[in-house]
This record gives sequence, C-alpha cells and structure tokens, in this order.
Amino acid sequence: MKFIRDILDKIKPDFEKGGKFEKFWPAYNAFDVFLFTPAETTQTGSHIRDAVDLKRTMSVVILALMPCLFFGMWNTGYQHFRVTGVETGLWENFFFGLIKIFPIIVVSYVSGLTVEFIFAIKRGHPVNEGFLVTGMLIPLVMPVTIPLWMVAVATVFAVILGKEAFGGTGMNVLNPALLARAFIFFAYPAQISGEVWNDLTLGEGQKIINGYSGATSMAVLDYDYHNLPPLNDLITGTIQGSIGETSKIAIAIGALILLVTGIGSWRIMLSMFIGGLAMGFFFNNIAPAGNPAHPMNLPAYYHWLIGGFAFGAVFMATDPVTAAQTNTGKYIYGFLIGVFAVILRVVNPAYPEGVMLAILFFNVFAPLIDHYVIQSNISRRVKRWNSTDR
Amino acid sequence: MTDVPHNLSVRDFAACFNNNTPWYFTGLELVVMQKIISIKKGLNIPLEGEAEKISVSALLAESYALNPSDFYGLTPKLLVKEGDKVLAGTPLFYDKEQPKILFTAPVSGEVIEIKRGEKRKLLSVVILPDKENRHVEFRKGNPVQFTTDEIINQLLESGIWPVIRQRPYSVIADPGSPPKAIFISAFDTNPLAPDYDFIVHGHGEEFQVGIDALAKIVSGKVHLNIPHGSTPSKVFTKTTGAQINFFSGPHPAGNVGVQINHIDPINKGEKVWYLSAQHVLTIGRLFLEGRYNSSKLIALTGPSVKNRKYFKIFSGACIRNLPELDRSSFEVRFISGNALTGHTVTPGGWIGFYDDQLTLVPEGDRQEFMGWMMPGFDKFSFSKTFFSSLLPGKKYKLDTNTHGEDRPFVVTGQYEDVFPMDIYPQHLIKAILIKDLELMENLGIYEVDPEDFALCEFACTSKMNLQKIVREGLDYVRKECG
Repeated sequence: MKFIRDILDKIKPDFEKGGKFEKFWPAYNAFDVFLFTPAETTQTGSHIRDAVDLKRTMSVVILALMPCLFFGMWNTGYQHFRVTGVETGLWENFFFGLIKIFPIIVVSYVSGLTVEFIFAIKRGHPVNEGFLVTGMLIPLVMPVTIPLWMVAVATVFAVILGKEAFGGTGMNVLNPALLARAFIFFAYPAQISGEVWNDLTLGEGQKIINGYSGATSMAVLDYDYHNLPPLNDLITGTIQGSIGETSKIAIAIGALILLVTGIGSWRIMLSMFIGGLAMGFFFNNIAPAGNPAHPMNLPAYYHWLIGGFAFGAVFMATDPVTAAQTNTGKYIYGFLIGVFAVILRVVNPAYPEGVMLAILFFNVFAPLIDHYVIQSNISRRVKRWNSTDR
Repeated sequence: MTDVPHNLSVRDFAACFNNNTPWYFTGLELVVMQKIISIKKGLNIPLEGEAEKISVSALLAESYALNPSDFYGLTPKLLVKEGDKVLAGTPLFYDKEQPKILFTAPVSGEVIEIKRGEKRKLLSVVILPDKENRHVEFRKGNPVQFTTDEIINQLLESGIWPVIRQRPYSVIADPGSPPKAIFISAFDTNPLAPDYDFIVHGHGEEFQVGIDALAKIVSGKVHLNIPHGSTPSKVFTKTTGAQINFFSGPHPAGNVGVQINHIDPINKGEKVWYLSAQHVLTIGRLFLEGRYNSSKLIALTGPSVKNRKYFKIFSGACIRNLPELDRSSFEVRFISGNALTGHTVTPGGWIGFYDDQLTLVPEGDRQEFMGWMMPGFDKFSFSKTFFSSLLPGKKYKLDTNTHGEDRPFVVTGQYEDVFPMDIYPQHLIKAILIKDLELMENLGIYEVDPEDFALCEFACTSKMNLQKIVREGLDYVRKECG
C-alpha cells in the first residue's frame, strides 16, 4: 500500500493549486480518497465524527444489489438455455449471463462516470459517490438484449439532464436510474418492450423450442392473468424480466441488508407494499363480473411478486434524494407509489408494467408531499405562539 | 409521559395548588405526581475514557485566565492593566453593550498578561495567583432577606451574573429583561460528561441557597431537570422552590434545549434563562460566604489521558499540569468541554468559563487504505453500516478524523433519529442556508441552539458542520430581529 501512496504523493503537487494539471484536481482527488480515506480532521463543531460517509453508504447499497445481480446473471443463462433446449448446470448458466451482462455494467459505469468527472472538473467540486449506485441500478433494470450504445446514450442523458442540470448529487428531482430506463422506454420502445426479455442469440446447432415467446412474464396480465408463471417461479425468479428484478428472494436479501444497516427507509418499503396490496384488493372488489380473466381479478399479493414492484420498492423508491424527506411524507409517498403502480398495471391495457412511471411520478410530487407535512408542523408552532400571551 | 410519586416539602405543597399538579396523601406524607419525560430519539456516544469518581484538589494552577471568547457575542471593555493586583471578585472587564455586566477575577493575584489578537481584539486576561486567595467582600445572608434588585446587583457586582445565559442565542442573560422561566439541567448526557450527582454531593445547602436566589429573580418557574431511572442525588430531589422534572433516555436528554422544548418551548419573542448545576453552587456560595468562590470540580476524560479523575480547581485554571497524557501513539487534541460541543485549547491553555470537563482525544490526521471498505469492527457508527454494530456495549477510542469529505445532502431521516424535538432539523438547516428568515422562524429556530445539533453533526453522512450553520442562522435572526 505504501508504494501506491508514494506514487499518489509524488504526482499530487501537479494537481494542486499552481500545478500543471490544477484543473484536474477533482479527478485526482477522487482516486486518492477512493484508495485512502483522507487524513482530514475536524476544524469546527463536533470534534469526533461518525465513521460513516457517502462512500460507505453507497457501497452498502451496491452490496445489497449483488444478490440481484448474481441471480440475474444466472437467470439470463437459465432462460436462454431453457428455450434452446440445452441441458446446462449452474455455472454454465451463470457464465452465459456474466458475458452478456458485464458489458452493460461497464458501459453504464464508463459513460456515467465520464460525465460525472467532466462536470466535477468543470465545476471544480469533488466527484460524488452517487453514481456508484446509479451505475449498478441501470443494468439491473434493463432487458439483457439492450444494445450497448443505447445504454450509453440513456446513461449520459440521465446523468446530464436528470442530475447535473439540477446541480449534481443530492439535487436531482428524478431517480437517475429510472430516468435512464424511461428515456429508452420513450425513445426506443421497441428495444425495451415486446420480445426482448431473453437473449436468444443461438449457438451452433441450437434452435428455439416451439411456441416460445420472449415477452416479459407479465405480458399476459392484460389478457388473462391465469397464464402468469406459477407462484414458485415468481418468487425464486426463474422468469423473464429485467435483469435484476425477477428474483424476490434476491431482492429480499438486498432489502434485509438495507434495513439492517438502516440505509434503506423501511417506511417507504412498507408503505409501498401496503399501497400495492390495498389497491389490489380494491380492484378485486370492483372487478367486472363475468370476466374472470380481467386483471382486476388478480389476487392482490401477486402485485408484489410480478414485474418490478419489489425491486422498485426496495431499491428505487427508497433513493433518499428523490423520495420524500420527512418521515410522515415517506409513508404517504410510498403508499401512493404502490397504489399508482397497481393502477397503471391494471388500467393501462397498452403496457403491463407501471412501477417505473409511478415512482418517477411521485419523485416529482415528493417535495409537495413534504411541503404539506412541514406546513402542519409550522401551523402547530404558529398556533402555539398565538395561544401564549406575550 | 408517565407519572411517578415524589415526596415534597410543605413549601411545594402550596405550589402544587397554584400549578394544578395532581397530588394525594399516603399515610403521613404528601405525594405529588411529577412529570417524567421520556426521550426516545438520540444516541449515547460510546467514547472511551470516563472519569473515575475520585476528586483531587488542584486549586493552585500556574495561572488563571478569563477569556472574552467564552461569552458568545461579547464586546469586552478592559478595566485592568498588566501589573495590577486583583482580588477574587475584582472586575477585569465589562460588557460594552451592558456595562452593568462585569467579569471578575476568579482568584486573587497579579494581572501578568493581557493577550490581544488581530485588530487588538482582547483574547485573555491572565492572572498569576497569590497563595492567600483574598477576595472582595459581598453581603452575606439568606437570599430571602434580599430584594430582587439586591440579588441581581450582588450577582452583577461579583461577576457571577454571566453564569446565567439566555435562550435563544445562548448569550449572557439581560438582567433588565426577565425570562419566562429558568432551566437547570442537573445531568449531562454528552460523551464522558461529568456526573453532577458527584459534583454537588455534600453541597446541599449551597445548592438550595442558589435556587432560592434564582427563584427570587424570576416571576416564572425555576425548572430543575434530573434524570429518571438512576437514583439522583438528594441534593437535587430535596430541593425546594424549583419544579423538578424527570427525564429519561439517551443523549441529548441532558441538553437544556431539549428539556426546554419538552416542558415549555420558546415561542417567538420569548426567552428563558439557563445555567449549570455547578454554577448554582457558585451563586449559593456568594450568599453563604459573601464572596466570589469560583472553585469547581471538573472531570478529566478521554482516551488520551491516564489520570481520569475529578479535579477541584478555580474557574479559568491553566490546564498544563493536570493531565498525564497517554503518549503511546498519536498527537492529542485538548478540548475544554465535551467532544461534541467543546472548544480546542492549547496544552498550556485555560479551562473555559462554562466548562466542567476537559476531554483529550487523539488527533486523527492519518490516512487509511480503502478505509471505507473495511469491515470496521473498531469503527463506531450510528448507521449500523460497520460490523461494530454487532458489538453492543463496546467503547471506542474515537479520534478527530472526519471519516469522509463534505458532500451535499443525500441521506435523509438521519438527523431526525437523533433530534428529539418537534422540529424538522434538515429543513431548518436548509432554511438557514438560504437565509429565509420567516421560514427559519416558522421551523423553530428560536427553540434550538448549536449544541442541539451536535449529535446530528456527529452522525451526518455528508459531514456538514451543522453547529456552525445553526450559529450563523441564530446570528442572522438576532441581527434582523434583535
């Protein structure tokens, strides 16, 4: 480690004020503090500080995403070989997925971090850690067949317009990872809907089994929900869908990590699950009689298990920057996302999923929710002022 | 809130009727229901290095100093020059805005140095003590025999008045503008804080006389806030003339600001006064002994010091010969006060006027390879993101490293978890940052003090210096609204 330190110390003067690469200080600093936690001491206020920082927080989220990523890699291979009729084992499935997914991750990080570094250098502020999580979330909400250039364009779009335009990490209104997905959803709908959810590039001598569809496992929702995959598959995740969203077990492990460490808001997760369930029950009650296949009849708890509901509740809605910030607001925010995700699923016949749009929608409304929560605190205080005679 | 029975004197019997406090008789004793306020949110920081409850006399330090910077917002006017002989109680300087507020010598001796900084700003008046410790004579007697004005004047002339401070703003109380109540926190929940039960032990009479004096200078209540759950000193529980409130829960339950907020929050335009339990003894001694007896017990604490005990000193003592340093490893930071809200002093500096504690922690100017990725069994965090959270009860040698760099707000709900008031701390901070006066008022800036944000600052993932921000906010409000 000493030798890395020596190299960093040797080149450091070039990046400091007056050095020849002075402008690139944020880039140098990002690497330095990534490798070595800084020797900075407290100058004002509390002399001792908590060991946690944004790097630690973000790395816990990335850790929590790992089960979803690893399962997604395995499942990509599993789905591929399932329909090509090849008998394979655990590791063959995993390596097939690894080869397909790793480039998406690399493209996401490289394109996003490039933008982050450029803005940091341009604005002279340190490179923030926020993108470390975004860069991992973007691949996990994509279909495995997504063209790499599209990942790059979407990521750059999301980071520039979604985040940097508002002032960078901590200032954005919309969740950048979902914004990247929404960008592809509206700009290149063909690549993110329809039969894109399985990688069907065929090896020599392989062919696709008869009657197979590469559509998302949710596609049947609007026709006859009885054709949804069996409950077991929905839970374990051996279904087709976005890379990280399929396995509810992997998501549950991630949720557990986020909840135990206190990084993810249990208020948002809980209220979003309750919101989805409540709306599901509501639809059950108003479902048209005489049409048992209608999606309104879908048992309410299925909404937790299909599509991106669980993944969205655990990893997307809980993004602290774009969610409501007050504790009361978090309950309202989560609940409404749950409700609207189910409404979009059931009522919109054109597209079976609604979680992404519901979260983005309430990202926009989160400040308004907070505003009303805070107003009630303010009016309580003002009332108290007025009730005391001065 | 729940109620516990508490035995009261006849004097409070009368008070009960006035206050509508519920009460009943059991046998021969009158039992009155007392408030227990239970604080749920907060955190006791497990810093290593608590002081043993042994008191050591260290009355003769090499020098004593009175530093105007200990009194927030003070513009001092000097009354002595180098070489002057002073007694304990001789005025050294006064407040330019309030010339009646005097600051007097804590011991007798000779003014050996008047330290000045940039623009001739007065930094310290340093006194070389003589051995006799002679004092200015003040009137002795029970405060009950004094008029309100006589008590106030005696406190002002003796230089003890500045022990009473005012919220909002935590400046010295204005003797001409009485508060709605006086608050005394009889316990401190800050890291390694001194135990006030130990400090007041055996000083019941001084404490009672001090409370009597305070009760006479305000028309409102004197609140004495003591911890619930332990067995608080009889000095506190037997006090009469003050309303006793019980508090339970983690830090910041002992912060007077939190206590005020739960008992009688400060509304716009109101003020309350507050002082420490130890300073109540100083007031008591003024009336019992007729002099400014500035002696006090301070706790010597922290991971970097070996002789962790209580020391009996006079106010403003030089700390040079007090601590035996644990020089095993790193540079040491000397903090007058506690590790959350205290101020840095030099090894040859003086203990702060309001401080009952000296904390020594190692400096943290060291880099660590991939520190943010380590499992962290030896790193303390409120966030549970390190494995140390699996080791409850462990004490830590925390140092002054920031453990990260300044970042914008990202994490939410973190401040709220350690901020037990009906206030949105993060939104108040944002209102201060954008200098929105009305929003600051509406979000409760009059109810807070920098020290109330110390725990938020400790826990902050984005490493924001919140106490400084709150101080600037309060300064701004004070400037605009007076």
